[in-house]
Amino acid sequence: MRDSLAVVATLAWRNLWRNHRRTVVMLLAIAVGVWAMIFMSALMRGMTDAMVRNGLHTLPGEVQVHHVDYRRDPSVVNSMQPPSGSLLRALQAPPVIAWAGRVRVPAVLASERGNRGVTLLGIDPVAEAQLDSLPQTMVQGRFLQSADDRGVVIGASLASRLETRLGKRVVIMSQDPDNNVVDRGARIVGIYRARLAGTEDRFVYAGRAVIQDMLNMDEQLSEVAITADDYRNVDAWYPAIAAAADAGLEVLPWTELDIFLGTMLGVQDGFALIFMVVVFLALSFGLVNTLVMAVFERVREIGLMQALGMRPALIVLQILLESLYLLCLGLLLGNLLALLTIRPLESGIDISSVAQGMEMMGMGTTLYPVLALQDMGMSTAVVVVLGLLASLGPAWRAARLDPVAALNKT
Amino acid sequence: MSVTWLLAWRNLWRHSRRTWLTVGAMVFCNILLVFLISLQLGSYQMMIDGTLSAFTGHIQIQQKDYLDEQRMRQSVPAVIELAAQARATLGVNTVAARGEAFALASSEQRSAGILLTGVQPGYEPGVSTFPGMVRQGRYLQDPDAREIVVGSVLARNLKVGLGDELTFLGSGRDGSFAAAVAVVVGIVDSGIDDLDRSVAQVPLRWFQEVFAMGDHGHSVVIRLPNLEQVPAAVGGLQSVLPAAGELAVLDWDALQPGLRQAITSDMASAWFTYAVLILLVAFSVLNTQLMSVLERTREFGVMLALGMSPARLARLVAMETALMSVLGLVLGVLLGAVLTGYLSFAGFTYPGMDEMAAKFNMPARMYPQISLLSLLWGPATVFLGALLAAVYPALRLFRLQPVAAMRAV
Repeated sequence: MRDSLAVVATLAWRNLWRNHRRTVVMLLAIAVGVWAMIFMSALMRGMTDAMVRNGLHTLPGEVQVHHVDYRRDPSVVNSMQPPSGSLLRALQAPPVIAWAGRVRVPAVLASERGNRGVTLLGIDPVAEAQLDSLPQTMVQGRFLQSADDRGVVIGASLASRLETRLGKRVVIMSQDPDNNVVDRGARIVGIYRARLAGTEDRFVYAGRAVIQDMLNMDEQLSEVAITADDYRNVDAWYPAIAAAADAGLEVLPWTELDIFLGTMLGVQDGFALIFMVVVFLALSFGLVNTLVMAVFERVREIGLMQALGMRPALIVLQILLESLYLLCLGLLLGNLLALLTIRPLESGIDISSVAQGMEMMGMGTTLYPVLALQDMGMSTAVVVVLGLLASLGPAWRAARLDPVAALNKT
Repeated sequence: MSVTWLLAWRNLWRHSRRTWLTVGAMVFCNILLVFLISLQLGSYQMMIDGTLSAFTGHIQIQQKDYLDEQRMRQSVPAVIELAAQARATLGVNTVAARGEAFALASSEQRSAGILLTGVQPGYEPGVSTFPGMVRQGRYLQDPDAREIVVGSVLARNLKVGLGDELTFLGSGRDGSFAAAVAVVVGIVDSGIDDLDRSVAQVPLRWFQEVFAMGDHGHSVVIRLPNLEQVPAAVGGLQSVLPAAGELAVLDWDALQPGLRQAITSDMASAWFTYAVLILLVAFSVLNTQLMSVLERTREFGVMLALGMSPARLARLVAMETALMSVLGLVLGVLLGAVLTGYLSFAGFTYPGMDEMAAKFNMPARMYPQISLLSLLWGPATVFLGALLAAVYPALRLFRLQPVAAMRAV
């Protein structure tokens, strides 16, 4: 049995190269197909990753804690007490890497020349730095130094719209919990640039303690952002935090905080799979064709093998092996090709010509393809499994040949 | 039908299974292409319409720097008269003047910074879909009334209902302090949170008074029956602009540059898919025709020996490919048209579609748009690709030596 298997394996390999032109053409087709599958997935993965990362940047922390009503009504009225007791213990234990409490309320920022509605973030810069939620690029001045910093940091785009600049004073207006309009003058100590202009227009940073004092909200916070630095597996650890939080608080992962981002991940994986299957189907016609021809040419030979006593199962195996060799070689070539083309592109593809279109989808000006093992594995699985399924037909027909009729065929 | 055509046709059916498999690859690819291209064109139309109909319109007249800087004093003088002139010049009624200002809006319980838009109650419903989405109360009517229509999310955040008062604090065009009170008369609910959070509209004349605008506004918005009329209208509108050169006519592409780019980038990834599919079909055809040429080496040797020229044999192979491709083309277009036609009538959706659609203010069902272009473009390219793929097998015929070929096994 062992021997016959070895013989069949050798036979299949040699048969593959009997008509080398046909094999090479098919091999090229499979390689191009596999390359396309992986290349497309890498681009799509790069796009979604960028979207999610940019999204998480404006929504820092993979998990956030709010007052139950805050998300529906993001007002100073719906604030929460700083974490204490079991929630605080949960926040200080692994897998949580960092967390920060912040005040996040709608406000109006007025300069001498104009005013704008903004989102005012009262933050503790030290805690936020660990969350990686601060603007990466300061174009002028400095960032806030502590929660007691009395200055404000605004985006470059906002500064231009308000016709103000570094060192100028602006007025922040918002409301306190009793709906009194409160305002406060502050000096612009820094101007930042963000990947998306929309972000620059929207977020204004100020010291948390200063804002809490201005809004008469004592030690209270609007939200607590938490990170474990693994946004894809957030569902594994956030329930523990949710369990530790008091009633009256809402603990949600980013997939629910921003439903668009959350669904994008699933949609991307789904699209990648559909794309792979479609490419494979286009490929499968050629594959089946090749095998049908291979069987057709060898009808007499197969008849002879059967007459000599080779079992139909071994004939099926032989054809399937031939197909498997072809598929594996094609996969190898295709993966290699993908590796060679994607690696140099990983430093980023400049897509600034369509930057504003990408910004609508939440992306920056550079697309970084991501070669994921998962995509290579998925394409291999699709090609091998569906490929063998498609080869079953011709193999089955070969095994069912009538030896006598086959031998007599001219 | 000449003998060569007949010969080509019969040759095809010597291996009917192989021919059908190759034709099958073409048909599969053609159906897919017809469907995808129809879908693509349909969704672009929906993206453009959805984004522009909500608020932006097809064309706007603004002060030339307002789009980039959005400063209050970059305004359009005599905006209401300008809108009337535009209406007369273009011969359409869907033209409306607007003014915009940021203000701190306060209700009894809440305050929030909002972008207040002054609109012409009589003309605004012609250029934007918001007035039609008033779910409670009514849209603005009186051009001078102290009334406001707000989005449902904004109303919820400010905790106001119909009949409640909103106070505004802001600054006027001249930098003066602006304050006013308006009564909520209508609440707009588009179902898209981002939009419902941002809508706050008041009558333009009252807006001009509160924000010390005089007769100024910030834009004249024009909506046209369809996109094709935009370039002509942009040209026509140049004549109504005052000579000072302060104003600019902006088409939708300038107003929403993201839209065309989103389409361009989507097209790029779509072309990649199409190219791969067509390439794979071409490989399939190449393989088939190469096999069919190789297995007929002896037959071709005999034909050469009988005096047929290699060119004629090459033509025979080309004809076989052409016949096969025509079969694939006809079947593919027919089946593709049936499938796409059905879906363009019934529509379809996929998971995640809702969230995507909301970004572009689109309905959550897709309707592919079938047209001559979307029907024929893909299959025609497949046809050409198949013919090109047969070039290599056909060229091999020129290297055949009759005697050697007749002896080939």
